Amino acid sequence: MTHISVTVDGTAYEDDVEPRLLLVHYLRDRLGLTGTPIGCDTSNCGTCTVELDGMSVKSCTVLAVQADGCEVTTVQGLARDGAWTPLQRAFHEQHALQCGYCTPGMIMAARDLLRENPRPGPGEVRKALEGNLCRCTGYQNIVRAVLAAAEETSASEERQNTQEVTA
Amino acid sequence: MIPPAFDYVRPTGLDEAVRTLADAGEEAKVLAGGQSLLPLLRLRLAFPELVVDIGRIPGLRGVREDGDVLAIGALTTHHEVVHDPLVRRYAGLLAQATETVADPAVRHRGTLGGSLAHADPAGDLPAVALALDAELVAVGPGGRRTIPARDFFTDYLQTVLAPDELLVEVRVPKREGWGYRYEKFHRVAQSWAMVGVAALVRRDDGHIAEARIGLTNMGATPLRAAAAEEALAGAGDPDAVARAAQSAAEGTRPSRDASASPEYRAHLARVLTKRAVLAAAGMG
Ligand SMILES: Cc1cc2nc3c(=O)[nH]c(=O)nc-3n(C[C@H](O)[C@H](O)[C@H](O)COP(=O)(O)OP(=O)(O)OC[C@H]3O[C@@H](n4cnc5c(N)ncnc54)[C@H](O)[C@@H]3O)c2cc1C
Ligand code: FES
Ligand code: FES
Repeated sequence: MTHISVTVDGTAYEDDVEPRLLLVHYLRDRLGLTGTPIGCDTSNCGTCTVELDGMSVKSCTVLAVQADGCEVTTVQGLARDGAWTPLQRAFHEQHALQCGYCTPGMIMAARDLLRENPRPGPGEVRKALEGNLCRCTGYQNIVRAVLAAAEETSASEERQNTQEVTA
Repeated sequence: MIPPAFDYVRPTGLDEAVRTLADAGEEAKVLAGGQSLLPLLRLRLAFPELVVDIGRIPGLRGVREDGDVLAIGALTTHHEVVHDPLVRRYAGLLAQATETVADPAVRHRGTLGGSLAHADPAGDLPAVALALDAELVAVGPGGRRTIPARDFFTDYLQTVLAPDELLVEVRVPKREGWGYRYEKFHRVAQSWAMVGVAALVRRDDGHIAEARIGLTNMGATPLRAAAAEEALAGAGDPDAVARAAQSAAEGTRPSRDASASPEYRAHLARVLTKRAVLAAAGMG
């Protein structure tokens, strides 16, 4: 057993874990955070994507012991006081999911893109979601949702800026 | 699947890591970014008794200038390589090829050193290291040694590294004014290269003065397309490049697998060499 301390969605945890325990199994089976699903055995599907110290990773391809001392954000840690983020809202409004299995990973990967590139084009969205597979939607509405979230976020930032200027 | 059980250590320094590996012998496995090792463990294709996590050893990450050379720490992630201003300026081929590796989440964890040490013939970076004439610095119980990339890869997933040696640095000669292009052929997003071609071209007075071509997945190890390189010298127009590219598969022994026959891989090598060189030479 190896002792780890990790912060997950703002809560600090201390645990003794087997070194072979995957981060995704730690999140799901130990912490009960089943919002992060597992979709494959080959690190291809991306549904398990979470943030590790602010960067997207496939949590099935990280050992829990490698997350020792780190901060993890899962899809369950995004909403603030029950209010969804623009990305989460956009996935809902643009019908970007059918079964929803890929959605947590899609949202986490899209967050990563929007942090690096707040106003991406459709091609850039597709490229950024390269590591995330969806068996249902055909991707069109996922791309739409990410573009809509980008637009909403930058529009609200512009509003804030104008308010600051006029205030 | 759940990986097989193993013991785990996270040495805090290079000496400690090397000593741990030397004591453990063949039963230990180095863990860097884990983006090749963890899938192998999950599929139960590897059964190490001890995993030595080198991920937090200080001094093995980042890019610095060392005279005519870029010294890239083995633990530098693919993401860092893609965005590093020095790499983009002096070894643009490496940044471009690294951007085609896997997907953003894998690139956040996977390392340059891990890609080279793993020595997958379908991996994109070994052929790039060959084309760039990189040197690989390894540290073991006997000290430090520098290995030219052309001597590093010995067979399918095999390198000259001993089990108790660590790759610590990748040294790439700085090149300015060379054109470059990595052409990767794969069927679906984030899949490995069926064939890849890394081209570096120096032009002189409208002609190709010198071309360096690395081939991905055209044999058990990465290869240089020596015959095509020779034929390209002096090429001054797209037709001459196309003719020279016909020899790109000479001397290679590509494998047969579910996605391609050796003949098809040879065809791809010729087509991709033409495309890569035309783009690198600005004739495309
Ligand atoms: C979904 C997916 C898609 C991928 N697609 C591509 C692709 O298109 N192209 C491509 O090139 N790669 C691809 N990869 C592999 C990726 O590039 C890996 O990051 C890389 O092959 C290994 O780097 P790592 O740091 O993760 O190494 P690890 O997985 O930690 O280690 C790999 C091997 O190298 C050894 N090793 C690692 N570092 C050192 C060191 N410093 N010294 C000595 N030995 C060491 C380990 O013992 C192990 O045997 C993909 C991976 C995934 C999961
Ligand atoms: S579960 Fe498929 S990539 Fe992690
Ligand atoms: S909505 Fe079903 S997998 Fe994407």
